[in-house]
Parts: sequence; C-alpha cells; structure tokens
Amino acid sequence: MSAAPTLWNITRRSLAKDLRLEWRSKDAINSMLFFALLVVVIFSFGFDPTAEESRRIAGGLLWVAVLFATVVALNQTWTRELRNQVLDAYRLSPAPPQALFLSKTIGNFLFVAILEVLMVPLFVVFYNLRSVGPVWQLLVVAALATWALVVNGTFFAALSIRTRSREIMLPLILFPISIPALLAMVDATTSILTGDNSPFFWMRLLAVYDVVFTAVSLLLFEPVLNAE
Amino acid sequence: MDPSVTNTVAAQPAVELHDVARHFGRFAALRGITADFACGRLHVLLGENGAGKSTLLRVMAGLLAATRGTVRVLGAGVQREVATRFGYMGHAPLLYDELSAMENLEYFAALYGIHDDARCAEAIRMVGLDPALERRVGQYSQGMRQRISLARAIVHQPELLFLDEPFSNVDVGSARQMTTLLADMRDAGTTIFVVTHQAALMESVADECMVLEAGRMVAREKGIPSRMLSPYAMEARR
Repeated sequence: MSAAPTLWNITRRSLAKDLRLEWRSKDAINSMLFFALLVVVIFSFGFDPTAEESRRIAGGLLWVAVLFATVVALNQTWTRELRNQVLDAYRLSPAPPQALFLSKTIGNFLFVAILEVLMVPLFVVFYNLRSVGPVWQLLVVAALATWALVVNGTFFAALSIRTRSREIMLPLILFPISIPALLAMVDATTSILTGDNSPFFWMRLLAVYDVVFTAVSLLLFEPVLNAE
Repeated sequence: MDPSVTNTVAAQPAVELHDVARHFGRFAALRGITADFACGRLHVLLGENGAGKSTLLRVMAGLLAATRGTVRVLGAGVQREVATRFGYMGHAPLLYDELSAMENLEYFAALYGIHDDARCAEAIRMVGLDPALERRVGQYSQGMRQRISLARAIVHQPELLFLDEPFSNVDVGSARQMTTLLADMRDAGTTIFVVTHQAALMESVADECMVLEAGRMVAREKGIPSRMLSPYAMEARR
C-alpha cells in the first residue's frame, strides 16, 4: 500500500519510533531523572525555607531544574539521529522535514512531562509546598512552559548538532533565548503558589511565546536539516 | 581523459553532470566533472581513497551541494523532486541500532508513503536475510548491517540506486549474492551506481566503469577492463 507521506502520518510514525527507541535505550529519561533529582536534593540541602518562603522560591527552583534536565534530553534527541548517519536517510526521503521536527518536539514534551510528574511530588515533600491558587492553573502553566522549553530546545539542538562541542553550544544558544519564557513560567507559577497576583498575564505571554517560536521553528527547520 | 571514452547515451540520461566541482574549504574533492550516465545500466566508480568517489555519489544523491556546475538526476535539477525515484546506501548503514531489521524498514518505507509490511519483508529476503529475525540491528554483524542497509535503499523500489561501498565487510558468498541481486535489478531497468574497491566482484555485471583520481574523471570504459581488477590497479596506473 502506497500513499503520499503526509505531515501527520510521518509525525506519528517518527514519534512512535522515537518512543520505541527511548523505551529500549532509556538514554534521555534516565539522565534527565538523575540530573533533576540531584538538583532537587542539592537545593533542599542548600536552603531551609519556611512554607511561605517555599511558595516564593519553588517556581524558580522547579523551572531551573526542569530547564537543566531538558538540555540533557535535548542533546540525546539528535545524537540518536547522527549515529549511523540516519539523518541522511530522512533527508533523502520525500517526507516533510517539519514532520521530523514536530515528532521530536512532541517526544521531548512527553519526556519532560513525565519528568515533571515525577519531580513535583518530590518538590512538595522536600519544600513542604501547598498551593494557595487553583491547581488547574498550575497544570496549564506546566503545559505551556514545557512546550516553550522543548520547542526552542529541539530547534536549537538541531541547529547545533553539526558543531564540534554541541553539548556546550546548546545551552549557550538556548538559555538566553529562553529568558522571556523562563521569566513568564517562574512568575506564573509563583503567582499561583502564593495567590498574591493574577498569573494570567504571564500565561498569555507564555502562549504567545509558544505560538511564535513554534511557527518560526517550523518555517526554519528545513534549511537547518539540510545544512551541510 | 581517454579519448575512447564514450559519453553518448540514448534518450534521457539517468544522471547528467556538467562541470561539477565540490570544495571543502580550500580542498577540491571534485574538479569539474562532466558526464552523462545512461538509464538501465550498472555504472561502477573506481579510484583510490580520497579520489572523490563518495563525494560524487553524495552530490548526485543531493546530500551535498555542488560548489560549481549542475547536476540533473532523472531529469530534475533538485533531487528532492525525484526523491521517491532513487535510493542511496552510504558508508554508514543509515539504520537505527535499537530497532530490528523489520522495524527499521517499516519506518523508512513509511517515509516514502509505503505502509506495506509484505514489501519490507520482501526487501529483507532479497538481500538474503530473514525478516522474522527479532535481533536488533546493533547486534548484527557488519556484513548483515550492510545487507539490511541495501534492503533499506531498495524498499521503495527505486529506478535509480546509489551504492557506496556496498560490499565492505561482507563475506564473499554474500557479496556475490548481492551482486546477483544488483544484476537482476539492472536487468529489470534500474540504473545503478556502485562505488567500490572490489572491482573483481562487479566484473561480470558492470556495464561501464569510471576512474576518479584527485577529483577528476580520468577514465571511462565499457565493462571493467582486466587491468583494473587488481586491488592495486589504481596504483599500477601511474
């Protein structure tokens, strides 16, 4: 059976392939979890906050830990495609380049989401956290913030795969460009946890950031993929 | 270049090269190659290491852009337009180590819009392996990986095939089996380019051979002349 390779079909197949590869190798998830766990434990030893102070700093600590752990996963994302030069097989095929980008981004989103699901209970325990604001808002912020991190990260990881010291290059490019998103996710989380301010301005900022960077990454991914 | 070299082709050539050069920084890997290659033939590219054979194949496949000159593949100036019509097998296997042969082929076939497990299984059988093998490709021998890589390149039944060192690390029996497969494909109308150092393997099936030296095509002959069959033939040319 033969049909034109559509964006959706290839995204779905590539995502399934990436999840299968990760399930078998556990390259990304193991290193992310280990790294994030270390950050949480070290921060908890470094600070001894009261419940009120915890609510004020937890947003920052959580997202910095997630950002660092995400970089670990992002480096794995494309390394897998460079092994055996598999990326060349994709470049030669008629499959839309954007499908590869979308599948990688969705895959990373899932990996980071799993990490957050496992990390948040640790944060609650270590920092004795209780949210003053509604929890559903935290879920929305988590989804928007995670997408902001991975959509940028997947794009810049692809951009840096052919550089010699890509593990260093990625954070050097990614962190400065993620500052507006990081600011928004930290402030939105802190606003919800403390209940002091409305988080909606920051949530809207995150949503705009997501839309802009997703669109730009999709537009620019083809030349990045085919760069020599 | 030898004056007896024939460059004439009937109808539309499979590949047309005009003054193709490729530079890596100041190093010229290809220096102004002009040639047409006929459809339905098996072309063998010979030359020493660093002569530019793999670079030429990558330029023809569209993996590298020519620094100068024009490349037309199956009548198209942009290889992506004819991506469904050609296949490529590189030095590296272009396979995922953590997947089985069948899983690899299913994925790569899907990239060409093919969702037919039977066709993937058939491609694996054609290269002499068992599609039911559950072992992951990373656990295969180098020779088996080469054969699966060939299966990946032919799974979408291309009319043009670029093969870079397909017999490296392959045992003699399997290499002969692969050669027979290539001859059958050529007889069925597929145009095939093979880069190899093992010219003797292609002797009975090659329609013509080209010799590259320092980025230039220095000879082009029908079949593979016996003087080029020795592993040291390129050196002996000097």
